[in-house]
Amino acid sequence: MTTTVGSPAGAARRPGTTATAYPRYLAGRLGGAAVSLLAVLVTSFFLFRVLPGDPVKAMTRGVPTSAGQMATLRRQFGLDLPLWQQFTDYCAKALTGDLGTSYQFRAPVGELIADKLPATLLLTGVAVVLYSAVGLWLGTRSAWRHGGLGDKLNTGVALTLWSVPSFWLGLLLIIVFSVGVGPVPGLFPTGGMESGDETGPAYVLDVAHHMVLPVLTLVAVGYAQTLLVMRASLLDEMGGDYLTTARAKGLRDDLVRRRHAVPNALLPTVTMIFINLGHVAAGSILVETVFSWPGLGGLFYQALSVPDLPLVQGLFVVFAGAMIVMNLLADLLYPLLDPRVGR
Amino acid sequence: MSLLTIRDLRVTYGTGTAAVRGVDLTVAAGRKLGVAGESGCGKSTLALALLRLLPPTARLTGEILLDGEDVLTMKWGRLRAVRWAGASIVFQGAMHSLNAVHRIGDQIAEPLLVHRRATPNAARERVGTLLEQVGLPAARASAYPHELSGGQRQRVMIAMALACEPRLIVADEPTTALDVMIQAQVLRLLERLVTEQDISLVMISHDLAVLADTCDRLAVMYAGRVVEEGPARDVYDAARHPYGRALSAAFPRIGDPASRLAPRGLPGDPPDPAALPPGCTFHPRCPVALPTCASQDPPLAPAAPGHRAACVLTTGSPA
Ligand SMILES: Nc1ncnc2c1ncn2[C@@H]1O[C@H](COP(=O)(O)OP(=O)(O)OP(=O)(O)O)[C@@H](O)[C@H]1O
Ligand code: SF4
Ligand SMILES: [Mg+2]
Repeated sequence: MTTTVGSPAGAARRPGTTATAYPRYLAGRLGGAAVSLLAVLVTSFFLFRVLPGDPVKAMTRGVPTSAGQMATLRRQFGLDLPLWQQFTDYCAKALTGDLGTSYQFRAPVGELIADKLPATLLLTGVAVVLYSAVGLWLGTRSAWRHGGLGDKLNTGVALTLWSVPSFWLGLLLIIVFSVGVGPVPGLFPTGGMESGDETGPAYVLDVAHHMVLPVLTLVAVGYAQTLLVMRASLLDEMGGDYLTTARAKGLRDDLVRRRHAVPNALLPTVTMIFINLGHVAAGSILVETVFSWPGLGGLFYQALSVPDLPLVQGLFVVFAGAMIVMNLLADLLYPLLDPRVGR
Repeated sequence: MSLLTIRDLRVTYGTGTAAVRGVDLTVAAGRKLGVAGESGCGKSTLALALLRLLPPTARLTGEILLDGEDVLTMKWGRLRAVRWAGASIVFQGAMHSLNAVHRIGDQIAEPLLVHRRATPNAARERVGTLLEQVGLPAARASAYPHELSGGQRQRVMIAMALACEPRLIVADEPTTALDVMIQAQVLRLLERLVTEQDISLVMISHDLAVLADTCDRLAVMYAGRVVEEGPARDVYDAARHPYGRALSAAFPRIGDPASRLAPRGLPGDPPDPAALPPGCTFHPRCPVALPTCASQDPPLAPAAPGHRAACVLTTGSPA
């Protein structure tokens, strides 16, 4: 062989990893999210026009109303105008943040939603964070000892709970832990968010007390998905040569897992966790109903049964908007977590 | 005393594959042993066995004495202490052997910290020194693996292997994935550093020419066994075993990928480890096989001074 001793093979940088890559990526994602939001606005208007029932008749149900009064109501809510004009009015207002006036509550849709939003965000926010954590933890354990008894038990229980209807589990929990069964005393309130007479730290505890059962229900039926995705993702990583390197370096098994395998396996689950966070606004209509939780779920149910078109549209925009925003956040965060994606 | 002594090492995977079937080898302190053989003959299995890195379902018997201590019977704590600090490995594909989400500086420093060889600050400094030793600027420590070229990544692997100043480095086809010019550079670098620091080297390759050029002694493996072992130049220039001769004829120049799977002049495929031929495992492909070869398996025996081969033709007539 006649080759020379290796000369320093200096800093050959790849193109595409320059400092301008991330801002451009950012702009692209923001633009995409804006377009999606517009699409949601448009869709929400037409989607709910197919609901059966005459809103004005529904509004005046049980109240004797003359044809003249009906016509006045129609004019008041702009329902006498041609559809295209209703649509342009709606768009113009929506862009200024005005989501219209609820037919049944005669109050601005924005205010109605803002009123119920915190309760929903609190309940589902806590639930999503908890079930993501539980799912990631159990998924990691399952994959690391895959095929063993613990793994089978883990995935079996998670899948069983996943297939249980949430309202049924909620009712069961109410019967056992609120009403009390046999020797079990009623430990938790049957529903609502507060007892109504507490302030300060006692109020916080009171709300937490009310949250236990609905959160438990949501976590129980929700963590399986995270578990399965994390398990599959970690199993994929476990054949990785870099883990052999880590073991060869003399790392303890738990360090190999925590420092090397899990960070790689987490990447695919990040997007999923943000999509779950996107569900936060929509909450869980069934669970909120079972536990009489004063959130958006109940409001949506009431709005659909009229149908209260402005309120339904408004809620739809908020639900979809949360989804879009969380997706955007996932897209923005991902390159910061995975060095291989340009930033 | 030799630094590494392997005695009758056998490895059987959980699938029943007998990948290594009785290997005896020694490496003296500061010397370099080359291990050659076709794909699937058990080279990587041997390398991983040295630090007990095989899957838990693999069964290992025999002895692997590293500095007199048997790796196969060590307690876990002792084994972890020996890993990387006593012997380190340069793996084949550096892209996959490095962790994609950690900076290379942190990955090089990791064994120093795990084995308490340095404080975090001292480790950072040592990483810079190591990177410069392998011809990379110290500032590259903050790069991620994907930001480096294949050759640079393999240099990082070498820097990492040197970190704890081990007595032995095992290099499993350290340059296969690289193009020819880079291969030669990286090999030279590894050879130079190992010589300078008086570290023993076990270098694995399918390429006998490269090994002959780098190593003191050469072992040729076939179907999980060493069939020939001796001084590097002797084995390369005057192989005693018909398979050794075929291998040395097969590699006229370094890094010809076409010859990797089918050494020139050698018909047929390497045997399936699940269905090994009886007698000498090489006899179905051997150009000079005798009728008795189909039933008699010759042991590895002296064929010349300091040179062993497992063939009836070199170790005497069949019994
Ligand atoms: N984890 C495993 N489980 C079962 N069999 C395996 C495993 N790893 C390797 N083998 C088998 O053991 C034999 C030896 O494999 P090994 O990787 O040691 O060969 P090698 O000489 O390194 O080949 P190459 O030159 O292709 O790297 C092969 O038949 C292979 O199929
Ligand atoms: S023992 Fe027989 S078959 Fe085996 S290598 Fe020697 S001559 Fe060939
Ligand atoms: Mg190999």
